[in-house]
Amino acid sequence: MANKLGLIIRREYLAKVRNRSFIVMTILSPLLIVGMILLIAYLAKINDNETRVISILNESQFFNQEFKPSKSLTFVQLDNLTLEQAKDSTNALEYYGLLHIPEGDTVEEVARATYLFTKDNPNSSVTQKLESIFQRQLRQDRLKKLGVSSDQFSSVEAPFEINLATFDGERSIKGINEIKAFIGGGFGYAIMMFIIIYGGFVMRSVIEEKTSRIIEVIISSVKPFQLMLGKIIGNSLAGLTQFTIWIISASVLLSLVVMILGIDLSALSGDTNMPAGPMGGMSQLAPMDSDMMMYTKEILDIPWGILVISFFIYFVLGYLIYSSIYAAIGAAVDNETDTQQFIFPIIMPLMLAIYVGFFSVFSNPHGPIAVGFSLFPLTSPIVMLMRLPGGIGEGGVPLWQFLLSIFLLIVTFLGIVTLAAKIYRVGILMYGKKPTYKELVKWLRY
Amino acid sequence: MDHILVAKNVSKTYGNYTALSNISLEIPKNCIYGLLGPNGAGKTSFIRIINQITHQDAGEIFFNGERLSPKHISQIGYLPEERGLYKSMKVGEQALYLAQLKGLSKHDAKEKLKFWFERLNIGDWWNKKIQELSKGMAQKIQFIVTVLHEPKLLIFDEPFSGFDPINANIIKDEILKLKEQGTSIIFSTHRMESVEELCEYIALIHKSEKILDGKLADIKNAYKDNIFDVGLQVEENGEALMKSLADKFNILSSNLDRQDRQLDFKVQLPSSHTGDILRELSTMGNLYRFDETIPSANDIFIQTVNNKENGK
Repeated sequence: MANKLGLIIRREYLAKVRNRSFIVMTILSPLLIVGMILLIAYLAKINDNETRVISILNESQFFNQEFKPSKSLTFVQLDNLTLEQAKDSTNALEYYGLLHIPEGDTVEEVARATYLFTKDNPNSSVTQKLESIFQRQLRQDRLKKLGVSSDQFSSVEAPFEINLATFDGERSIKGINEIKAFIGGGFGYAIMMFIIIYGGFVMRSVIEEKTSRIIEVIISSVKPFQLMLGKIIGNSLAGLTQFTIWIISASVLLSLVVMILGIDLSALSGDTNMPAGPMGGMSQLAPMDSDMMMYTKEILDIPWGILVISFFIYFVLGYLIYSSIYAAIGAAVDNETDTQQFIFPIIMPLMLAIYVGFFSVFSNPHGPIAVGFSLFPLTSPIVMLMRLPGGIGEGGVPLWQFLLSIFLLIVTFLGIVTLAAKIYRVGILMYGKKPTYKELVKWLRY
Repeated sequence: MDHILVAKNVSKTYGNYTALSNISLEIPKNCIYGLLGPNGAGKTSFIRIINQITHQDAGEIFFNGERLSPKHISQIGYLPEERGLYKSMKVGEQALYLAQLKGLSKHDAKEKLKFWFERLNIGDWWNKKIQELSKGMAQKIQFIVTVLHEPKLLIFDEPFSGFDPINANIIKDEILKLKEQGTSIIFSTHRMESVEELCEYIALIHKSEKILDGKLADIKNAYKDNIFDVGLQVEENGEALMKSLADKFNILSSNLDRQDRQLDFKVQLPSSHTGDILRELSTMGNLYRFDETIPSANDIFIQTVNNKENGK
């Protein structure tokens, strides 16, 4: 019997691995991924390199020292020109815009009458930069009226960041929770993609056996359950093979590309990996070396071993549960177009897990919602992985939650595979009719 | 007599639908057994139970004297009505896989496949994919895969549907050879005339029930009505002859061809004793036809169903 299961696994594996589209996908995907990364790096570089020039026509006695050039914005002072002349020369020199600061008695008055002339609507980062310069000047001016000197003002203006530490005294840094959740989210997202892709493989393989009418020949030799199990295992092995090839070839390609083109990867990780939202503030933090060290240390401190092992545990268990359902769906229908109504309810918990993960685990990895969804077996493979970068045990996921979620996954798998096998057993011999949910329930009792 | 398969009071229901009710059958060894009945009568349900694809709700089945169990799967060969092959798999590889699933070792399977491929002249198909073959070609391979592991019992569901006449004959001959070698064979079909001449035993299944079974010759004997089909070459005056015959015998229908002087008629005798009428007829002219009308399985089926329904 075990021998037959082995035969089925072997056939399913080979059928999948030899499939032309599978081979193409396996080879092309790393190229695509590397290509995407290169494209993003290239775009980021272009973005970085563009420096805008603003010409300034300053007719007031204020704002003489304030416009300091930065990486993205430099300034050119225009003197002794009329506004029209200044506009013309700005256009002729193809500068980004002209800032006209008119004459006036007070900073307040001058600022109110200032205009920025540009060809098109100005970029918001440019206006923000200019506005902050004016705001600072205005604030200083108002405080001066209240009797605060510019030296005093400078000392007041000194930037401040709150110091962070964990209870056991280690200094912690801002944003690290988000980074951790983001890494966990990456793993969770990968699990969702794998479940949907390889579950789909299982489903199509079942449908193929039905439409080619070989199914009855086979189940006169082996039990339907064996066939289903062999299919699920064979396809997951094919998936893991593909996954392994991807990781190896992508890392080889990437390091080759990096060596050849000499692209600075740290520039990449600074700009492109940070999503908008909670991370947005990150890039404005002063890139102090000590902080960078802290981040590197924290990221290295993430329990990668636990994370990778858990990834495989949760992938395998989650995949087993979902692909059993996929197999049952494949058995219930005659062709792929009929699967839509059944697939939606499967994908829903997966999507829910991703959304709950990103919205609730990011902000509070150990809150009640995060805990609940990381225990519920249909979402736990994804949500638990998002929590795991914090480690297991103190400061991370309590060990009992980790073990309970795995236990629940195993129990759920046994339950679902039994139900799926019942539907599968009946469904594979039914032709020509698209079943309703009611009929599926009836099949469970045959 | 020795039986390859004995079913006792086998029943099977799917929800509210009764597929088999109380079926008892005895299938003798080394014969061809016809499981006949219209579509939906329960034939395939019964066969699936023998193949242990599904299980009966009640009743017992014995294979070769032992209670049917998974170990018997390797002794049964089954060609289902819905039969197919993996389209994108190579012929040889696929046949090897299916043979191994039936419990053959890889080495044995290869050897036997070689033998059968040579025998049916398809040796050069080994590396072709199924999608490159015609339907008839694929059916040859399905047949080989069914018989390859030399099962004691072969089951063919709708065996000749979809076969072209040439392939059907090739397969028919191979089945007869297998029977000579001692294999027991079950044909299940709703096209009774297609297997009637091959079957020694039949069972008629109708609406989940067995309505009749036994040796085909016995059944036919039991169902024949002593009706004879007679053709007589007469000298003259056929009408008078006909009249005198009608006085003595129960003439069902008659037809006189004056030009060719041929008198054709059907007559029903009180018993299967034919001496009296033959003596009588031989004095009247030249007898050129005297056939007993034997009912076909189809006729018997319809008659049995009618009797049953009228009896209710």
